[in-house]
Amino acid sequence: MNLTAEEQGMLRGDQGPAVKDALEYLIKVGEFWGAERLVEITNVHMMGDIEVMGDGGLKWLECTSEKRASCAVNVSTNARSFDFPLVAHLQQDSGEAAKERKLIGLLQQMNVTTTDTCINYQTLYQPHLGERVAWGDTGTVIYANSVFGARSNFESGPAAFAAGLTKRVPEYGFHLDSHRKGTFVVELEADLHDLADWGAVAKLVGEPNQSYCQVPVFTGVKQVPSSDELKHLGAGLASYGSMGMFHMVGVTPEAPTLETALGGNTPHTRMTITNADIERVYRGYDLKDKRCDLVVFSGPQLSLWELKDLSALFDGKRVVEGTQVFVTSSNGVLSAARKEGYVQKLEAAGVTIMEGVCFYILQNLSQMRQRNGWTNMISNSAKLVNIIGAHRFNTILRRTKECVDIATTGRIQ
Amino acid sequence: MSKVLETVKVNRAFGDVVEGEAVVSEEGFSPRYDLDRWTGLISKPGHNLEGTQIRDKICFFPTAKGGIAAGWAYYDIKCKGIAPKALVFGVTNPVMVQGAIFANMTITEGWSREPRDFVKTGDWVRVDPKRGVIEVIERK
Repeated sequence: MNLTAEEQGMLRGDQGPAVKDALEYLIKVGEFWGAERLVEITNVHMMGDIEVMGDGGLKWLECTSEKRASCAVNVSTNARSFDFPLVAHLQQDSGEAAKERKLIGLLQQMNVTTTDTCINYQTLYQPHLGERVAWGDTGTVIYANSVFGARSNFESGPAAFAAGLTKRVPEYGFHLDSHRKGTFVVELEADLHDLADWGAVAKLVGEPNQSYCQVPVFTGVKQVPSSDELKHLGAGLASYGSMGMFHMVGVTPEAPTLETALGGNTPHTRMTITNADIERVYRGYDLKDKRCDLVVFSGPQLSLWELKDLSALFDGKRVVEGTQVFVTSSNGVLSAARKEGYVQKLEAAGVTIMEGVCFYILQNLSQMRQRNGWTNMISNSAKLVNIIGAHRFNTILRRTKECVDIATTGRIQ
Repeated sequence: MSKVLETVKVNRAFGDVVEGEAVVSEEGFSPRYDLDRWTGLISKPGHNLEGTQIRDKICFFPTAKGGIAAGWAYYDIKCKGIAPKALVFGVTNPVMVQGAIFANMTITEGWSREPRDFVKTGDWVRVDPKRGVIEVIERK
């Protein structure tokens, strides 16, 4: 790999052992992918929570902190596994919660801003066309590439942190023009009225085309999609398809026309999504024992506008006895939602609001499922429905209003 | 050195030479979506390998699924002593690679023949990243 004089200095240890280790690691990753150089980034979003890092990851972070590591660029953190005031209510492990607090402290010491959100692109930082960033989770990356036209690969925790320390990433994948061109075409004939409909599209497109190298180009979109709709589409494509980018002709910045979006590629597939296809997705879920005791709005965290809509749907209603409803969002969004009274309406209906977490990352989720006797998890998030399987939930995707009806009547169709 | 029964080339590779029992999946993989990260068992209901133990195995997966979590998760399961010896992917994604390198776990991408044509679960295989090959050493 071609290194600049500064990078060679980093490798010699001129900027300390933590930077040296981080650069060596990034070079190994870059070599795997055939990267020829490192490129500078302006912003980092990293995943770092105790549920996924475990004791080993925490120990590693302590060792790195002892090397006087400090991030050289703004770094925000993704949703984590505890909302501390709810630890007792959820019967989570207090020992693990203490480790999470320690982990947060270590990150802060190393110049990481612990925002604990997976919707940084809606709330914290909006990179411009061509700007290089190092983001994870996957939903943030696909939004950065597709909607902003910024450039990022999926940067997992250690890779994003190394990018924060060195202000660099290896140049491969979505940093290269060649990787950003559309590879297949999706004609959107369906009427998409709900966030879950956009998630259903993501499932239909992602599942049969599962590859980081696949970039779908959507055509025929009937209405101008909102940020929340693109968020659910992107998070779903990343989840079902492991995809890091999509184009939408006339909507996203690198797709003024179909030809430009394809950039000379001949699409390997042209698929059409109809209303019947969307209905088939909803009908495809096994309702098992038809229990409706868990309804979740999360994955990604809700925006202020999603909270506003949800609070209107729950207004004057009450979650049925025996059912639990969870909503997750960030500190910033919830603060604004409280000011507007949305949180109060949801809480009055019996909804549990969680801050700084995402449902599927919650510590002790499998035990929580067993303790509560949950079988079905019902959500309007196609990503959440897909991602939570390892905890052995039976998951069901439904439109937002249907989720509210299910939560307030205890009945599912 | 033991006799090599089959040799298949891979496109990219990282890590040490490792040998172990093959686990061959027709379905993709994510440590967050599919794996119980406390036991090493594939736990997602309906996964092609549901109930399979991946500790010390050479795991063949056609694709990588979703998530950023693998970046930390491989290091975590290695510290817990339940990591596979190698991950052999048809198509992978950066997270799997970042995670495997962080955990110093052998990983490869791409294959010159489909796994179903040369290896079965239970066969003994060797992965040699430097030479860019997978070798079948012994049939089950």
